[in-house]
Amino acid sequence: MMLLFDLALVASLLALAVHVVVEPDERSGIIAFLAFGLLLGLVWARLAAPDVALTEIAIGGGGTGVLLLRAEAAIRGRGKHEEPMTRTSKLAAAMGCAAISVGLGFAVLSFASPAPTLAPTAVEALPATGLGNPVTAVLLAYRALDTLLEKIVVLLALIGVWSLAPDALWGGAPEVRPSAVPDPLAYLARVLPPFGVVIGVYMFWVGADAPGGTFQAGTVLAAMWLLVMMGGLRPPPETAALPLRLALAGGPVLFLAIAFLGFAFADGFLAYPKALAKPLIVAIEAALTVSVAAALAMLVAGPARKAPS
Amino acid sequence: MTSPIHATTPGGFLLVLAVILPVCAVLAILACGPRSTVRIAMLTLAAGLAVAVAIAVELVSSGAALSYVVGAWQPPLGIALRADGLSGAMLLMTALVVVAVGLYAHVQYGLREDARNQRAQTTFWLMLLALWSALNAVFIGEDLFNLYVALELLTFAAVPLVCLDGRTETANAALRYLLFALLGSLLYLLGVGLLYGQYGTLDLLALSRLSRSDPALSVALALMIVGLLAKAALFPLHLWLPPAHAGAPAPASAVLSALVIKAPVFLILRLVLDVAPPQAAAVAGQLLAVLGAASILFCSVMALRQARLKLMIAYSTVAQLGYLFIVFPLAAGGTGLPPWETIAWTGGALQLISHALAKAAMFLAAGVIIQVYGHDRIADLGGFGRVLPVSAAAMGLAGLSLMGVPPSGGFVAKCLLLTAAVIEGYPWLAATILAGGLLAGGYVFRVIDRALAVPAGALPSRRAVPRRLELAALVLAVAAVLLGLVPLRPFGILQIGRGGLAMAGLP
Repeated sequence: MMLLFDLALVASLLALAVHVVVEPDERSGIIAFLAFGLLLGLVWARLAAPDVALTEIAIGGGGTGVLLLRAEAAIRGRGKHEEPMTRTSKLAAAMGCAAISVGLGFAVLSFASPAPTLAPTAVEALPATGLGNPVTAVLLAYRALDTLLEKIVVLLALIGVWSLAPDALWGGAPEVRPSAVPDPLAYLARVLPPFGVVIGVYMFWVGADAPGGTFQAGTVLAAMWLLVMMGGLRPPPETAALPLRLALAGGPVLFLAIAFLGFAFADGFLAYPKALAKPLIVAIEAALTVSVAAALAMLVAGPARKAPS
Repeated sequence: MTSPIHATTPGGFLLVLAVILPVCAVLAILACGPRSTVRIAMLTLAAGLAVAVAIAVELVSSGAALSYVVGAWQPPLGIALRADGLSGAMLLMTALVVVAVGLYAHVQYGLREDARNQRAQTTFWLMLLALWSALNAVFIGEDLFNLYVALELLTFAAVPLVCLDGRTETANAALRYLLFALLGSLLYLLGVGLLYGQYGTLDLLALSRLSRSDPALSVALALMIVGLLAKAALFPLHLWLPPAHAGAPAPASAVLSALVIKAPVFLILRLVLDVAPPQAAAVAGQLLAVLGAASILFCSVMALRQARLKLMIAYSTVAQLGYLFIVFPLAAGGTGLPPWETIAWTGGALQLISHALAKAAMFLAAGVIIQVYGHDRIADLGGFGRVLPVSAAAMGLAGLSLMGVPPSGGFVAKCLLLTAAVIEGYPWLAATILAGGLLAGGYVFRVIDRALAVPAGALPSRRAVPRRLELAALVLAVAAVLLGLVPLRPFGILQIGRGGLAMAGLP
């Protein structure tokens, strides 16, 4: 039965992928891409990787989809002056992708069996962190440096987007509300956020011991905030506004502060004292969730469109 | 449990500071707002330079590599940072160029007409500091995924620098750069996944002991190296580089051309030398050398044909990059020495450092010229040496290094590479090195000729270009020349910390 389900899943993934590539209409392609992200999330769930599944659905399906749809809407108004891809470049891209796929398949099939894995080691070391979810332990203890630097990457991406604003608008507010808010959107913007905020906070809270965590929770919170802004209930903040900047920097700053305290109170940079490991990690996750939510929402909102007050 | 591969050494915390200090500054600027931006940036430049010098001193005095195990989580579960002699040299070079560029930008943004542009100025400082952090992380990373994060940090700091001036054409160049860089990241990450699947570790030192001829390893290395080549802009993946590096403001061009493309080159070096098994390393080395030679010849000719100064300098970057790739077969030659004790290795390292200094100097000098003339069409710059003698001198001295004329760091580098090519029996590489030097002479003399020419009309006034603005370029150019005074033999400092590695990469 599960085999049948898996086969159907793989078949629809392939069909969607082909559709995304050949579909000439951008918007229809993007919607197929969204569906592709959701199905890919299911595949990860079937591979017993629920954390990856949640992230794939939130970022790969949701976040990227919204960005693409907004980009498409922004281009559609203007006259198209795109150069269609030539047959040769299409062929080159296809050949490149085929070569990579064959190489990957070849390499994956040649793996030693059973494959070497660090999963047991990661679980063995869990008691030192006080956590129950090994994925969270990887992200915030064993490989906390990667997580810290990744958060800086997200901030840089946001500053990069902001820097695309004209000089006169630097520091001003972006615009996400459509000129006329459709009724369903206004209704959703009032009804969904209370639930969404509860779900987001829950995802962050269980992340310590069960699938979930800052990125997934941050994405849900960002979606709710965007909904409120798109529905016109609250205007987007000015990009130079102090509360926004503090929310963005707060997570990484707390992370760094605790990391440096490790020099004095634990085994060095990014080490936690054993007794306090879990509360410290949860505190970092809380602050990071706020930062990630603010950064993702502002990334979708885009560069400033109004002059600063 | 066997004894751990990495152990934190005294002074290892300096490595953490090298990566984290600029990040702290980025967050501080974000939180504190525009008024304190420049002060924080200046403070960080001083502190970062001090950290780089401290690391170099520690390396030389202890004669062994510095290591730091982050959070005391041993690899393969955790992440280690490690600086050997080559890493130390990279850190120091990066600090020198970043500080010089930072001082130049400080003067330039302080000029009256630029002072109002908050957007470009704030973005520049944030990205410059983030870029520094990313470069340091690449040079001391030991974990392939940590290095991926460092590369991403580098990309997202470098791309906004390209379109700081906000014109449509530079935004297009930035977008093209972003797409190439992301494609590179993706291929690199695929390779990292394969290596983990095969060996269950991402630690470079551990991999250097485990790796053997596996199909998965070959595929992984091929993917990673191609991805990194796209980021390094080696011919024929260089198409994004000239518009991006030429379109950026001068201080941004300087760090992009001098430093950013060196990070992927450094990683290719580590993959080929430390991870690839001997046979794969030999094949990869030959292929890379062919591409390197093609880069030197093709892009030198392209540089010769450019009408605009900054485009010419940008094409010269791709050409000079080619020399770094012909090192591979020369260093892995049949002399029985480990690669890092060969003259080709020293030549490659010197080429990397002297090109960084010379190229940063050229772009900064070009920035001054544009500030005065308002354009960079080489044909219309007749007599610019009379208006801007210091910048013309910087351009000339930096040019010596690119051509490989004594006395200069470039001369020593190319001389060592040429000798290695002859000894190792690669006449076609020797011929390429000579031809590349001649072509470089051609494009550098075009500029020098304009500097010394009798001006066709009235010379433009210096307007408000203070002498200080010209000094940064001169200091960097002089440093590139002074590199030529190092003795012509394998460098002791570049061998620190290499001996402990398995001899992967040796035939």
